[in-house]
Formats: sequence, structure tokens, C-alpha cells
Amino acid sequence: MRHITAISDLSVQEIDALIMKARDIMANPGRYQEACRHKKLATLFYEPSTRTRLSFEAAMYELGGQVLGFSQAEASSAAKGESVADTIRTISCYADLIAMRHHKEGAPTVAAHYATVPVINAGDGGHNHPTQTLTDLLTIQMEKGRLGNMTVGLCGDLKFGRTVHSLIEAMCRYPGVRFVLISPEELKVPSYVKIPLKQGQVPYEQTTDLQSVMPRLDILYMTRVQRERFFNEDDYIRLKDSYILTPAKLELAKPDLSVMHPLPRVNEIALAIDQDPRATYFKQTLYGKYIRMALILMLLEVQA
Amino acid sequence: MNIDSINNGIVIDHIKAGQAMQIYDFLNLGALDCPVAIIKNAVSNKMGRKDIIKIDSVLDVDLNALGYIDPAITINLIKDGERVRKYHPELPATITNIIRCRNPRCITSIEQELPHVFKLTDREKDEYRCLYCESKAGK
Ligand SMILES: [Zn+2]
Repeated sequence: MRHITAISDLSVQEIDALIMKARDIMANPGRYQEACRHKKLATLFYEPSTRTRLSFEAAMYELGGQVLGFSQAEASSAAKGESVADTIRTISCYADLIAMRHHKEGAPTVAAHYATVPVINAGDGGHNHPTQTLTDLLTIQMEKGRLGNMTVGLCGDLKFGRTVHSLIEAMCRYPGVRFVLISPEELKVPSYVKIPLKQGQVPYEQTTDLQSVMPRLDILYMTRVQRERFFNEDDYIRLKDSYILTPAKLELAKPDLSVMHPLPRVNEIALAIDQDPRATYFKQTLYGKYIRMALILMLLEVQA
Repeated sequence: MNIDSINNGIVIDHIKAGQAMQIYDFLNLGALDCPVAIIKNAVSNKMGRKDIIKIDSVLDVDLNALGYIDPAITINLIKDGERVRKYHPELPATITNIIRCRNPRCITSIEQELPHVFKLTDREKDEYRCLYCESKAGK
């Protein structure tokens, strides 16, 4: 039995196998529709995240399994002060697999310690969210046909954006990847995130200007620049438009660029771009379901 | 107790001057009823000044945990008046309930009964991180 609390819990080979499995599920959904019959997934969402929870639940239903759980802490025994350990001991008696989201960092590690069934971290505060990273990797593989040999632009809040940090960590492991880190000075990638870049001698550059690097990108991963990240309103107003993707900026891009976003978006991608074939962010959601199906099969050790 | 010689016990030597009380507290020596001597600001050829702790008893504690405080200290085990072993403590792979995670976003901030466990993540840099949230330990 194993748990997935961080993307680093999976080797490159295992990630490749999950991607292969997800593609096989997409190609042959009928072969998998009974794969998890009589199996139950518990979705324990101490913090609401409808998008992620529905993705896990849809994944389990499509495998013929069943789902139980709660969608916010108020609806759980945590509201009565029960510890994560005790809740997990209880749920382990009911479910074959647990997907857990918690607002506190490291809660899924605690859960993994006490669970007698596999635990998947479905997001622990600003810390880890491995299935988001798997989703991003499957999306890149599907859109580009490869995971190496490309220039990946990451744009927006690169300081607090955990999805960006784990994507860098995961993509560093593939050959020929170059990163372009596009953010305001205030929201640059923290130095500890650059450690894998330096250790793997992965080329990267930092810039504050999206427009100038646009023609070189194969992937543009957008994130939200939030008002509350700035010390003063003036800085926010001055900077926010630089990190909004508009049709004019997209004009400069390669015809086969993929624009990605972990969603939900607010205004950082203009609505007009939704029609552009380079907009990949809604497809990302669909890929998210398939990679979760592949992960569920792996952790339940189901041969299908 | 003769400060210079003990029969069966431990001499913790080469403690940075001024750090003896921290180690005294860390090992909870206040709870012992055997003789314990703290020598402060002893003259040292190597260090200029150093502290020494002598404990006239065989302690059942993991002295390697001292490696977290300062791996340069020397531990001497004394048996029947003779020094039988002299070594530096190793950096422990994990330390439990010795330091607390100070990250307010960590699960330990709301679950009081969880042990505070830190893992050695970089031996060269003497770096420990919280088992749960991976925050660096602050000394
Ligand atoms: Zn912590």
C-alpha cells in the first residue's frame, strides 16, 4: 500500500505509466467502466474545493466505483474537534481509498500515517497538490506529444503559486526543458524552488515582460495575480495588466502554443481567447479526470 | 563529588562557552538526583573558552540528539574511572518533540497532540525540515 502526498512520491517511470494508463482509458473507456466495482473512494474535503472534489468523484464513478465523504469541515466530525488521526482511522474502515483536502499543510501526511488504506493529497493549503501536477503533465503530453524539449513559460504569481512550484519540480526531470519565469519583481519564484533548476542545470530566465518572450514559448502556464499579494494598491494597478493574456499578446505567439491555467481564472486570460485553438485550460479539466482515474487504479492495484 | 574525576558516567566536553545550560535543559538534567557538575568558561587550547558538563551516572538518553545542538561537542563515556569511549554526536536523522514547528499554516498548529517531528534533509547544511509542512527548522 502506498500514499501520494507530493509529486516527488512518484518516479518519472511511474508518472509515464500513469500517463500511458490515462491515454488508454481515454481510448477505451468501456474497458474500465467496471474496474473499481464494489470499491469506495472517500473524499474528505476539510476545505471546500468543488472543482477538485468533483474531478475525483467523477473519476471514481467512471471506474464503476462509489464515493462517500464530506465537502467541508463543518459537515464532518472535525467540527466537533476530532483529530485527523481519529477521522482517518474511522474512514479507513469504510473506504478503500482516501482523497483528502485540508487547509493546513501536512495534514495528508498525518492521514497517511494512520490510514490503513491509500491516501491521496488533494491539496494541503499552499503546500502540495500532486494531482494538479499530474493533470498538467498529462495535458502537456497530450497537447505537445512529448514532455521534454520545449520552452515552458510560467506567468503571474510565481511566489505563492504552488502549482507552478510543483510543475517546475516535475518538468525539471525531463530532458531539454527550458523555463521562462514571467512575474512582477514582488512575485518572483522563491530561491528554494530554483534548487532543482540549478542542480539539474536546467536553463531558465526571469523576466517581468510577457510580451517580449511570447514568440519563444511552447507552453504558457498562466496563474492569477491576486490583489492581496501586494503591499499597496498602486503597485497592483500598475502591474496587473502586464500579466493579463490578451488577443494582442497572443498574436505574437507560436501557432502551436498551449495556454494552460489551473483554474479558476478571474481576469488573467481575456474571454476572447477561449475561442482560440491554443486555449488548453478547459481541456485540462477533462485530462484531470483521466489522470485521477489512472492514479486510483494504481493505488487500488486494479489490473484492467 | 570530585569535579575532576567521576567513576561511571558521562563527560560532555567542548561545549561552546555559554551553551551548557541549554544542554542541561535539553537533556533534562534538572530531573536527575545524581551529582551533575557544570563547568563554565573553562580554558581550552582549541576553543579559548568552553563549557563542560559532568554527570556521575549512566544515563539512558540518546546523546546523539545533542548533535542537533552542536555536532562539535565531545562525549566521553567513563566506566570505573576510565574513559572507555570518546566520540562526537552524529546529526540525528529525525528529532522528535525537541523543537516545535513555527509555521502557522502547519497541521501541528491546530492538532496539539501531534508529535513535532523534524527530518534531516541536508547533512552538509545541518538542515532539518518539519515532517508535515517541510518548513525549515529555525535554531
Ligand atoms: Zn510544520
